[in-house]
Amino acid sequence: MRNSAGVMWFAGHEIRLTWREWLGMLTAGRRWRPRSASIMLVAFVIFLHLPAYAVVGRFADVQMPLDRSSLIVITACLFLAWALMLSQAIESVTRVFYARADLDLIMSSPVALTNVFSVRIAAIALTVTLMAMLLATPFIDVLVIWGGIRWLSTYVVVVAIGLSAAAVAIAVTVALFKICGPAKTRAVAQVISAVTGAGFVIALQVAAILSYGTLSRFAVLTSDAAASFAPGGGSLLWWPARAILGDVAALLPLLGGSLLLLGATMAVFSPRFSDYVASVSPKIESRKPAAPRPFRKGSPQRALRRKELLLLWRDPWLMSQTLMQLLYLLPPALMLWRSFDEGAGAFIVLAPVIVMAAGQLAGGLAWLTISGEDAADLVATAPLPAASVTRAKIEVVLILIALLFAPLIAALALVSLALAVVTALATVLAAASATSIQLWFRVQARRSQFRRRQTSSRIATFAEAFASIGWAATAALALVAPLVAAVTALMTAAVIALTWKISPSRA
Amino acid sequence: MNQPRPPALELRGLTKRFDRPAVDGLDLTVRAGEFYALLGANGAGKTTTLRMVAGLLRPDAGSVSVLGIDALKDPVAAKQITAWVSDEPMIYDKLTPLEYLEFVAGLWGCEAAAAERTARELLESLGLAPHLHERCEGFSKGMRQKVALAGALVHDPRLIILDEPLTGLDAVSARHVKHLLQMRVRAGCTVIMTTHILEVAERMADRIGVISAGRLIAEGTLAELRQQNGQGDTSLEDMFVALVESAPAAA
Repeated sequence: MRNSAGVMWFAGHEIRLTWREWLGMLTAGRRWRPRSASIMLVAFVIFLHLPAYAVVGRFADVQMPLDRSSLIVITACLFLAWALMLSQAIESVTRVFYARADLDLIMSSPVALTNVFSVRIAAIALTVTLMAMLLATPFIDVLVIWGGIRWLSTYVVVVAIGLSAAAVAIAVTVALFKICGPAKTRAVAQVISAVTGAGFVIALQVAAILSYGTLSRFAVLTSDAAASFAPGGGSLLWWPARAILGDVAALLPLLGGSLLLLGATMAVFSPRFSDYVASVSPKIESRKPAAPRPFRKGSPQRALRRKELLLLWRDPWLMSQTLMQLLYLLPPALMLWRSFDEGAGAFIVLAPVIVMAAGQLAGGLAWLTISGEDAADLVATAPLPAASVTRAKIEVVLILIALLFAPLIAALALVSLALAVVTALATVLAAASATSIQLWFRVQARRSQFRRRQTSSRIATFAEAFASIGWAATAALALVAPLVAAVTALMTAAVIALTWKISPSRA
Repeated sequence: MNQPRPPALELRGLTKRFDRPAVDGLDLTVRAGEFYALLGANGAGKTTTLRMVAGLLRPDAGSVSVLGIDALKDPVAAKQITAWVSDEPMIYDKLTPLEYLEFVAGLWGCEAAAAERTARELLESLGLAPHLHERCEGFSKGMRQKVALAGALVHDPRLIILDEPLTGLDAVSARHVKHLLQMRVRAGCTVIMTTHILEVAERMADRIGVISAGRLIAEGTLAELRQQNGQGDTSLEDMFVALVESAPAAA
């Protein structure tokens, strides 16, 4: 590869791979034509304009100068977007380090590796930015249509924060390499990536509960205390907020700074990337051998349950992915503890949070146990009926859900028995619905493909989310408007029934 | 009077069709206690046939009998005495070899203490003694294949079905595996194996079946095959190539 032409050639190769990966995600691996997939994507983005209008439509007239509270809220929202992009970028950088099949070929070829890794870093930045752009487009469009073209600068802000998130992600991953070593970096980076996005929101909620006894994140951001701590209107901190409102004096330095940061990252780290990648041994670092112990007795179903629990316990990445939902339980648990003596009314808001978390967690666990079977042939050739295998796997999901959610529901029972019963019922329904959907849409996959589970069936993904939301809404409404709750329950049940009707298991 | 032993495997009219017929009315009988090698070119239908026998695929038509048990009517009973090893070892990265074998023994309902003894013996005989308590995630393909094979043998099956078991194994490991399989056959077990290494079939198999386009086109001992093909001293490789190349014309 000639260096000057080679960079472009390799960039083209990266773009083609990225496009196909996106296409694979959009089409769930089915043989759709790119044109059909693009039309579907555009239709989806157009549809997203409706909820986008509901969320940001009322802010379209906002003008500079802003008061401090508004500056804080906008800056916090931008920081959240940046944190989410950082999370995605860390995940992408980790893949670059560890995707050996591709790197072995590249590193064994006579190419200039600095150029190759520069292109890869740029590709990560581009992918992260494009993904953010895709999600931000409906919101920005709404602001532009209702508030004027000055809002177009928001697109530039998205690019700027995408580039800076990619640059920081590379620095973070390289730092982890130095601190944790190649063997542990993958797991640590993936856990950090998983926690980064949620961490900011949860931290705000925790602060809101501790200070104001509410789950609302905006309580902290719009408080007098936050405004009194915030710097003056001319501070650098407000540049991103000013930039999205069309302040060119803030916009241009922001974009320039991000480009500079990414350029510096590429210049500093690209030459060293090959060393880092080469240090990632295909062999796993030796660990302390497991302590010898005798074989345990029990039924085949018990062996299956034990195996599922052991595999989950030993995989910190999977654990972090599946248990992410539990992080969202931290604020409600804290609220329960803080406001224990305020009566049932204060806690109705907890029921949907608990039910949602249970549904989402059950869906993830059910995919792992039912579809993510690394030794599918072994289990399929074992001398026990398929129904017994399925039952044992479902039991694991339900045991874990019961173990994790029973203490919260028990605490609710001390406040209000009715609230606890409703929450418990809805939790069971949400977990059962998510598990059933995973069962009806089961695929044969490896556990390491967990991250892509949501792309394997769009119907299953949406149905699972809808079921969790539906049962969460039902739980919240059951105590205040039982008739409306009956309607949402019926709607949720109908969606689940429809999902079953069109599922591959019925084919 | 002693009842005659049922064949280890009896296939009648076995048929499976994907976008084209993969297995096409296959009739095959493997005697109990026999080492049977199933040969065929890529895509001939060997793996599909064996996956149907192991209960991993449902045939479109035909019957499968394992040691007298109708495997389609009573799959659990057939699976109890059968072991399946695929060419791609499917084991759990996060378990140690001993834990993996404990899980397999649990699935087959083996007595724990006896299964542990067998597991240790098997892993030691396959050269995995130093790695008993290490997780499989760092293992080479050969080591993983040996763990999968030990898993197949730990529940003492009477019919062992292996799809390309020697793929990825070094010479020493391959010798260990071949020795282990021969020991099993001597103990009365039946082994059915597909392989592309014709020398292995030539040396180890009591009988050889050649499959093409989902049908059995030749079967017998090496001597019988030579006789059938009218080539007294030709190698199995030459015979195999001649059979496979002439098969489409015959079909």
